Amino acid sequence: MLEVKNLFCERDERVLFSHLSFSINSGEVVQIEGQNGSGKTTLLRILCGLSEAYEGELFWQKKGMPEVLDDYFRKMLYVGHLAGVKSSLTAEENLAWMQQLDPALNKVNIAEALKSVGLYGFEDVPCYTLSAGQQRRVGLARLYLSTAPLWILDEPFTALDKQGVAEKEALLAQHVLKGGSVILTTHHDLNVPGHKVRHINLDEVAHS
Amino acid sequence: MNFFIAAVRRELILALRRRSDIVNPLAFFLMVAVMFPLAVSPEPKFLAQVAPGVIWVAALLACLLSADGIFRSDFDDGSLEQILVSPQPLVLVVLAKVLSHWIISGFCLALMSPLLAMMLFLPSEGLGALILSLLLGTPTLSLLGAIGAGLTVGLRKGGILISLLILPLYIPVLIFGAGTVQAGAMGLPIAGYLALLGALLVLSMMLAPFAIAAALKISVRG
Repeated sequence: MLEVKNLFCERDERVLFSHLSFSINSGEVVQIEGQNGSGKTTLLRILCGLSEAYEGELFWQKKGMPEVLDDYFRKMLYVGHLAGVKSSLTAEENLAWMQQLDPALNKVNIAEALKSVGLYGFEDVPCYTLSAGQQRRVGLARLYLSTAPLWILDEPFTALDKQGVAEKEALLAQHVLKGGSVILTTHHDLNVPGHKVRHINLDEVAHS
Repeated sequence: MNFFIAAVRRELILALRRRSDIVNPLAFFLMVAVMFPLAVSPEPKFLAQVAPGVIWVAALLACLLSADGIFRSDFDDGSLEQILVSPQPLVLVVLAKVLSHWIISGFCLALMSPLLAMMLFLPSEGLGALILSLLLGTPTLSLLGAIGAGLTVGLRKGGILISLLILPLYIPVLIFGAGTVQAGAMGLPIAGYLALLGALLVLSMMLAPFAIAAALKISVRG
């Protein structure tokens, strides 16, 4: 699906990674590892087109990235550090807006997605009244809606409780089983039932 | 088109939930009209003479005051990133944001301006010119302000920088806007001034959305 060739990134005159090449096939879970500040988020932002501070090439379905960016944005779901949840809107309004932005978020309806993330009964209260974990769940409800084959998730489990994490892991397994793929960073010991997680350690590739 | 309407609706709902965003520029606008006669002179003849300029400067600063926040909250909570990685064209989102910013700032200021005109003894012949010039001029202010807001949204303290960047661009609008009201108040034809304000609006409507979109990309990707 996604192929990375000879990626080089430097920040404040410090090389984060160089000669980084890998590819992600359908049905794979790839976990990006590294210490704090090793460039995990930077790498994910490069992969999803939010950063151009790099040298090297990206290919989507074997085609060079800038040309197929429109198609890529349709087939890719990104959940960043910041959940993209507006605190003065309700959970339902937030998801409705996300659906407007990305019409591919149409697998189930919003009420069902909110039920799946355990926010049944909270759909019509403004998000600032929700706890941090619940706000995170509103952002992650997108995963239940998404039909995109590639998911890029930056620390998706922050602030989630144990059960919430287990549910998301099961969801990832389901997504991968259907031929989707996932790239994510997390400090949590990832356990996707029935699948082997591939690890890419940025500390090791930094100076190679 | 549906997407554009949904985007405008979202912005207006957000503004209604945070009333201070609407009230702030209007209160500032009114405050200037209240303070000015106290500080300078309450003489009606003098006030009538300076009213066009004072009202226009106040409107312009009120727009600038609120321009800083156009993209701020979307940047802070990650909504802007989501907009950038979505398949929807960024220019449409930008236009929707500018339109709703205009509705809550420029449009409301234009509606409120007759009150200020009365407080500053603007001759009644100038009233139509005042409202028309504000309706035609303030959308340009919102468009230009959004360029500055887009460029400074990634900075921690963009407040002063945006004024420095944008105020020089506001000057033509100010000159022709205040000129319209002055001409109107003296009973002269204002069509020429309005045409110029309209031309400025068309020009900025054609170019600014692309500049704003590019500025946002720089701010987020930088």
